[in-house]
Amino acid sequence: MLPDHLLSWMIFFPLLGAGLILLVPKRYPTLMKLIAVAATIPPLWWAANLYVQFDRWGTGFQYVEKVPWIKDFNIHYFLGIDGISVPMVLLTALLAFICVIASWNINEHVRGYFALFLLLDTAMVGVFCALDFFLFYVFWELMLLPMYFLIGVWGGPNKEYAAIKFFLFTLVGSVLMLVVMLVFYFGSVEPSTGLHSFDLTILADQSVHQAFLKNHTIRWLCYVGLFIGFAIKIPLVPFHTWLPDAHVEAPTAVSVILAGVLLKMGTYGILRISYPVLPDMALAFALYAAILGLISIIYGALCAMAQTDMKKLIAYSSISHMGFVMLGMSVFTNTTAINGAVLQMFNHGTVTAMLFLLVGVIYDRAHTRDIDGFGGLAKTMPVYAGYTGLAFFAALGLPGLSSFISEALVLVGSFQQYKIITITATTGIVLTAAYFLWTMQRVFLGPQNKKWAELPEISLREAFTLTPLALIVILLGFYPMPVLDLIGTTLKHTVAMVVG
Amino acid sequence: MAKLIDPQHMKSILWLIPCLPLAGAVINGLLGRRLPARLIHFIGCASVFMAFLVSVAGFFTLLGIEEPQQRLLIQSLYQWILTGSFSLEVAFRLDPLSMVLCLVVTGVGFLIHLYSVGYMAGDESQGRYFAYLNLFTFSMLLLVLGDNLLLMFVGWEGVGLCSYLLIGFWFTDLEKAQAGMKAFIVNRVGDFGFFVGLMLLFWTLFEGSNGTMTGLSFQQLREGIPLLGTARPILGVGVATWVALLFFFGATGKSAQIPLYIWLPDAMAGPTPVSAFIHAATMVTAGVYMIVRLNFLYVAAPVAMAVVAVVGGVTAFYAATIALTQNDIKRVLAYSTISQLGYMFLAVGVAAFSTGIFHLVTHAFFKALLFLGAGSVIHAVHSNDMQEMGGLKKYMPHTYLTFMAAYLAISGIPPLSGFMSKDEILWATFNSHLPVAGLGKALWALGLLTAGLTAFYMTRLVVLTFMGSFRGGSEKEKHLHESPSVMTLPLMALAVLSVAGGVIGLPAVTHLPNLLHDFLGPVLSSHGTSGHQAHAYGLEVLLMLISTGVAATGIYLGWLFYVKRPELPAKLAARFASLYQVLNEKYYVDEIYQALFVRPLLKLVALSGRFDLNTIDGAVNLSSRVTVKFAFLIGWEDLKIVDGAVNGLADIFKRWGAALRRLQTGRVQHYLYSVVLGIFLLSVAMIMF
Repeated sequence: MLPDHLLSWMIFFPLLGAGLILLVPKRYPTLMKLIAVAATIPPLWWAANLYVQFDRWGTGFQYVEKVPWIKDFNIHYFLGIDGISVPMVLLTALLAFICVIASWNINEHVRGYFALFLLLDTAMVGVFCALDFFLFYVFWELMLLPMYFLIGVWGGPNKEYAAIKFFLFTLVGSVLMLVVMLVFYFGSVEPSTGLHSFDLTILADQSVHQAFLKNHTIRWLCYVGLFIGFAIKIPLVPFHTWLPDAHVEAPTAVSVILAGVLLKMGTYGILRISYPVLPDMALAFALYAAILGLISIIYGALCAMAQTDMKKLIAYSSISHMGFVMLGMSVFTNTTAINGAVLQMFNHGTVTAMLFLLVGVIYDRAHTRDIDGFGGLAKTMPVYAGYTGLAFFAALGLPGLSSFISEALVLVGSFQQYKIITITATTGIVLTAAYFLWTMQRVFLGPQNKKWAELPEISLREAFTLTPLALIVILLGFYPMPVLDLIGTTLKHTVAMVVG
Repeated sequence: MAKLIDPQHMKSILWLIPCLPLAGAVINGLLGRRLPARLIHFIGCASVFMAFLVSVAGFFTLLGIEEPQQRLLIQSLYQWILTGSFSLEVAFRLDPLSMVLCLVVTGVGFLIHLYSVGYMAGDESQGRYFAYLNLFTFSMLLLVLGDNLLLMFVGWEGVGLCSYLLIGFWFTDLEKAQAGMKAFIVNRVGDFGFFVGLMLLFWTLFEGSNGTMTGLSFQQLREGIPLLGTARPILGVGVATWVALLFFFGATGKSAQIPLYIWLPDAMAGPTPVSAFIHAATMVTAGVYMIVRLNFLYVAAPVAMAVVAVVGGVTAFYAATIALTQNDIKRVLAYSTISQLGYMFLAVGVAAFSTGIFHLVTHAFFKALLFLGAGSVIHAVHSNDMQEMGGLKKYMPHTYLTFMAAYLAISGIPPLSGFMSKDEILWATFNSHLPVAGLGKALWALGLLTAGLTAFYMTRLVVLTFMGSFRGGSEKEKHLHESPSVMTLPLMALAVLSVAGGVIGLPAVTHLPNLLHDFLGPVLSSHGTSGHQAHAYGLEVLLMLISTGVAATGIYLGWLFYVKRPELPAKLAARFASLYQVLNEKYYVDEIYQALFVRPLLKLVALSGRFDLNTIDGAVNLSSRVTVKFAFLIGWEDLKIVDGAVNGLADIFKRWGAALRRLQTGRVQHYLYSVVLGIFLLSVAMIMF
């Protein structure tokens, strides 16, 4: 049985959990953790139902909820999902559950941590469901604060620097988004009511744009402003330097959420807002976006190879992998590339979540992430090495695992429109293989480092967080249709809309 | 021939061929650490043996189909990828070509699995070993049976993965781990070419067919090849040539040809049965298989064919020269494998596709046998260095006898299998119609010279290993022993195949049918028969005599150098010191690549890392510092963030840190309460209005 207002339940149920946790007396930390788990299970169940029931052939938004919210400004509480949001909602629900389990060893300020975490969960699902720009913005901002505190309070030694850097970068993006949002609002008039609107489905109708918003320069500025706002989140080079610092300092589960879900909001925002509202600019800007994607792919891979901190390495590899998403999203001559891009958003979410969980496992034991400080760990922790091997090979795009399909689709699709860019991007697969295998060798292979010979093998709880992700990674490698089915119809529509 | 098995039934169980070994890999991989060794061995060997039985059933099914053109079974399993313009299925294709490979992979594979039971006895990670070996068998069968180019690519990289895992099987030895990494990365360089070729091919067909060709199945590719001719050339070179060359670049990685062969000698770090299976009999022949599979494409690109032939011929010669001076028994065999693979590419390059497959098959027999024999020797001597061997004939009679069969086969002594296939290649090369006049004859001469070198270095190997007296010290000599029968039985089976395997491809002069050629006929373009249309028997016999003479000369010289006058090699090495040095150091190619590619890349990596830290991130920090200064200058001292600070960003961090510390002492709860309260209020307001 599914409740009415399913999306609202999915968004706010974790918040109920957060509220409940705040009421629990300090001396019952385990109860708080249990509540946190309990608050993430129903959304996961609903997400699974959503996956089954979602109409693959429907072109519009589904599970729509729309009620007036702030009438004076024609703002609506407007939710709905399409093929682009469904995989993201699934991913968020899954990772939220896994991350709560992975946070079990948090023992300081337990209440604050889990309450903030659930608040973050609410905001994330909210971003993926909101169809009113204002509501989108509210959820977007709501994400920022818990994230700031989760890094700044529970982070590593340099957490303050990392947290404020994250905050300032994101703030710049938010300000840009705010300005553009207001331009959209005042630049459009809803014909039926004669009011300005934040409604994204209305803003996508080019006929509601007033002369001001029809002005080419204004549109161009809006597009670029919005693009930079989202590019910071993805992050695209050169707006990326907050990410490695944030990752290095963040606790494991926060890194997982950051890389697994938050980065996708950048590309999601472009698909949800930039393309529909300014399709002509999307087309005009496509080549530059593809080049930025390419730069991220190659530059991210080169920087990843230069790192000695495992978390930094994975952070840069995220930049490189998200570059594929950007490249694929910039192709409008076929739907293969953009399908690959959205699939890559999902796949990168699962693979990178595995990677950060795995780094967390070793950091909890050794209290170091220095790649050169290990060696021969495969002897000490064979099961752990097995999981890591799977995650590394998934990340380097081994055929038979999920990321290969999405990267291959992006490359094959992009080749039609951008030959040179795509061929250059394809060299990325060599670099990626090089830095992952090199890391594998330095950490796991070679003679056993006596210093770490006594490290305990991966625990049952840790294996429990990794196994579902591992299964998804393998399944989607041999059978990606479950996700491709979900997204295909919507993306066909997206491309058709941009091409006009 | 009567239909033994209904083709429809066979079609529905094709998936078993790859999936049986996969099941073995999963079971041994997940449970291997808890299962007893005997059960691990049973699962590992039985899964491959059952796949072999299914393959044999498939073989008789194909033979049972009267019309050779109809010998094709395709099992479609499910839609794999569908994104508008791009549609691929997971489907297996059993035709005469994949049939031959299936039989080799599962048949020789089973023997090697069996041998491994003895070779790996006592190793603590046998579960892992057999899981990897089964996973390799699965990937290789996927490569062979996959009915579209991308599925083939899955197998193509899958075998690379297993190769990586098995080369570095004893991973606590850093050198072995590094060898695995090198193999994977060098292969990835080739795969880059393969993938670009795939994209170019797909879009050329898609656009040429006005969007009707949305897949990459081999049937579609075959039908679409004429479209390549009409596509606009790129940089003055036809699309077909580009695609063929890009695929061939991929093949030079997987099949260890110039310029990407450098990983194979290092790959010898893996357990010896792995070298026999992956790095001699099956995986490294994938490039040859791919070209034969796409023979219709290559026939449409004569320039690319000539490149394949030249690279193959030159690699064959080049690798043979390096093999002359190596002292590590496995390295000699590794360079020998590169050289023999070169022969195969020479064959397919001159459009003698079935001949290439013929040599692939016989090579799988005799080279697997050579490696397994070498493994048996290493098992006894505990060293790879031939200078510590000698005189093993009397201690290891079975190994010795079977090894001799393979030795005579690879040296080209009639009528052993190696002679048959190598001679067919030389004959086809002699008669080829390459775009450059005289090129065929030149390549023939090169191939002939290589045959002489092969006979020479193999004689050297056999003499140093089995003849004379033992040089490894008396302590070791006491422990010399023949290997257990679980190891020698596969040797004997392979010895029989190495001796008699040639019957599947008898030369035309015998007036007996060339079974393999006839069997493969339906898969090949008609153009691919050039070597057999010219029935110049007199010439054929003459060339046979010449090549036999060259082989005999090679053996004689080997005998002269290493038995009759053993002081000669040292003298020659001193006389031609620089040449000897260059050969011994393998032409310094590893060093050259290191200087040309690896070091510049590492420099670029370091540069990127520094640039990111100093320039990009530096700019970010600088801008925030400037902002703070600016705020101070214009007198916004009351600005909360700056709060009178003059020492730049550091101060901000301190203050934010202080703020955070206050939060840690309980204010975070206040913050939280307010946020949650606010959201509740908003929700309530929303519901009420």
